[in-house]
Amino acid sequence: MEQKKLAIIATKGSLDWAYPPFILASTAAALGYEVQIFFTFYGLQLLKKDLALEVTPLGNPGMPMPMGMDKWFPVLGLTLPGMQGMMTSMMKAKMKKKGVASIEDLRELCQEAEVKFIACQMTVDLFELNPAEFIDGVEYAGAAAFFEFAGESDICLYI
Amino acid sequence: MAAFDQELDASGLNCPLPILRAKKTLNSMASGQVLHIIATDPGSVKDFDAFAKQTGNELMESKEEGGKFHFLIKKS
Repeated sequence: MEQKKLAIIATKGSLDWAYPPFILASTAAALGYEVQIFFTFYGLQLLKKDLALEVTPLGNPGMPMPMGMDKWFPVLGLTLPGMQGMMTSMMKAKMKKKGVASIEDLRELCQEAEVKFIACQMTVDLFELNPAEFIDGVEYAGAAAFFEFAGESDICLYI
Repeated sequence: MAAFDQELDASGLNCPLPILRAKKTLNSMASGQVLHIIATDPGSVKDFDAFAKQTGNELMESKEEGGKFHFLIKKS
């Protein structure tokens, strides 16, 4: 049987949205898939050596708030300085308690399983990102290179 | 529970870690050897079934005992 292929486009750079690409990529690799993730726009944050990913309840009414905070801090309260940092630490603590892997761990597991990471060259130029701040093993390419792999993939996800 | 060659305790770990750890352990084992996995993630029941079907490794046993889930997987 020919090896199945999974192509993922990762476009988001928040802590919560960092999970789907790395969870799916590492699991697919464990199932025998060949996997590539194309990181573009804010998704490029996920490639930094020092991850500073955060969550924000702003504009996200679906995020469960601890201790009924949404009742005491309606939307405007969530813009208070330090609120995003606090929500991020609470989320990280909860993930640790529930045995959810860190993004760093999942990313490393992906690389061990030979998931290929491709950074969108255009966005790197646009935001003047420094490739020296990215982890090792990242390739740089554009849309055409993505289609070369995605066109042959069995599953293609936009996250 | 039948005999096994290696054991992996994935208690307390959440999706997808039990599967990833199991895959890693199976990589170091020989064909025909059996891996016993212990997990607490309720999602792992369906996940190990799906893992076995897709990788060709045989899920010999899957059961709940004492609040934990036990799986026996024979490496193909």
